[in-house]
Amino acid sequence: MADTRQIRARKGPVTYLLRAFVIAYLAVLVIWPLFEVAQQTFAPADVGDEGGVGAFWERLSDPSVTYAFNLTVTVAFWAVLINTLFGVGISLLLVRYQFPGRRILSVLVDLPMSVSPVVVGLALVLAYSTGKGWFGEALASVGFYVIGTTPGLIMATAFVSLPLVIREIVPVLEEIGADAEMAAHSLGANGWQTFRRITLPSIKWAVVYGVVLSMARSLGEFGAVKIVSPGAEFRGETATLLIQNRYTNYEEPTAYAAAFVLVLASVLALVVVSLIRKEDHS
Amino acid sequence: MTDTLVAPSGPARTTSRPGGLFRLTPTSGVGLGVALVWFSVLVLLPLAAVVGAAADGGFDRFWSTLADAQTFAALRLTVVEALLVTAVNAVIGTIVAWVLVRDQFPGKRILDVVIDIPFALPTIVAGLVLLSLWGPESPMGINIVNTRQGIFLALLFVTLPFVVRTVQPVLIELDADVEEAAASLGASRVTTFRRIILPSLVPAIAAGSSLGFARAISEFGSLVLISGNTPYETEVASLKILKFLEGDNQAGAAAVAVLLLVVAIVTIVILDLISRRVARRG
Repeated sequence: MADTRQIRARKGPVTYLLRAFVIAYLAVLVIWPLFEVAQQTFAPADVGDEGGVGAFWERLSDPSVTYAFNLTVTVAFWAVLINTLFGVGISLLLVRYQFPGRRILSVLVDLPMSVSPVVVGLALVLAYSTGKGWFGEALASVGFYVIGTTPGLIMATAFVSLPLVIREIVPVLEEIGADAEMAAHSLGANGWQTFRRITLPSIKWAVVYGVVLSMARSLGEFGAVKIVSPGAEFRGETATLLIQNRYTNYEEPTAYAAAFVLVLASVLALVVVSLIRKEDHS
Repeated sequence: MTDTLVAPSGPARTTSRPGGLFRLTPTSGVGLGVALVWFSVLVLLPLAAVVGAAADGGFDRFWSTLADAQTFAALRLTVVEALLVTAVNAVIGTIVAWVLVRDQFPGKRILDVVIDIPFALPTIVAGLVLLSLWGPESPMGINIVNTRQGIFLALLFVTLPFVVRTVQPVLIELDADVEEAAASLGASRVTTFRRIILPSLVPAIAAGSSLGFARAISEFGSLVLISGNTPYETEVASLKILKFLEGDNQAGAAAVAVLLLVVAIVTIVILDLISRRVARRG
């Protein structure tokens, strides 16, 4: 890279003006509201009540809140597991194999990220709900219900976070090429051995990165889940739905406490991601 | 530097070779089959069901749903707000990227992480975060609930990273020699920026803007608590879908959803065209 010090060294009033503007903009738009959330989380609910960590903890240990977080973690776990298996498989197929429709499939697997979460929920309802959906009756006749159940929540979550793992693995697979895999193959390794000993070690960090991103997205999914879930207390109410229900129900302290946990989770994901990036580069 | 949660270049599609290296073996063939069945069940069939439901009553019904005064007002508000936010982001996002790349000051790395927070936060939490500062109990005394300014602010928040994260890597890669040459030939800084730097940033700004626009059009979670959902005033497309669905009007919900799907697909195509043009030039 060329030496840019000379250009960077010339600091006029414009530089300072832009710097001040950017800091002020980000402070007002992002930092200040986040600070405000933290304050609300640890504020006492009423005048004279206890605030602080104790109150925060008490709000979180309410049974309906623990139910919501349990459900969220369960749904996210299955969605991420499915997406990881599917993502690794489809990435290998897309990059390493030739078959008709390969290019169009590679465009289609990215589509879920661009679809509005509400449309995702609507799509699942129109396909699988009993009464309204294409396949609802057929599934109901074998006793399987998608809409309003945990499998439906898992499907909605898996839908919206589907491309995240693939987006990480495909570029890495393309970059490393297939030479080592072909060498292993010609030395007599079977497909599984080649995958486990050659391919997997080189895409390891990409997979981990994709899993962290999917996990963050799955824990926080709201729109798609809102449509397919009954969304009532102890009945399909995930953490994000709980936040909405409690806030609109004037139980703001609980809403803020649950939101604060999700804020921490996403900041943690950001930190992990930047650590992985460093690990990967070294 | 760019530990980002946004995949800036859009789809991670395979561009290297026209076809993969290996032919399908029986094992990989079965794998492809399983992957395709799952992908169809999860994504393709439900999306087809949306299109089917929208087409059910014929084109006239589809059209009359969208042309209904209340629905049309919601669609117009969505598009106008998304365009406004995109325009603001194109300018401010470029400035933020510029400051993050070219300026050096203590705390810059923190700002770099702050950019990702709006994207990492669950959407409902993003709404709550904004309400804690600009909501009914605002320490500023400003209440944005049920106003168009509130919708604008929420969209500005969730689309913050798109332009920044697409422009940043291009600015880092930019060759300083050309700028120095222009400066030594007597070009002012404004001229250098306008004639040398801006043209190379335009594809990145366009790509980031179209990602942001697509996101703004389909945004749901962050608006649920902020938009009061008043017809003709603060009702946006995604919330209109929810209202249709709650009123058991699947055809209406599907009609609006198809429109959002079309916008999503058009965005993907535009991004593909931009990235190919850039690839050809580079």
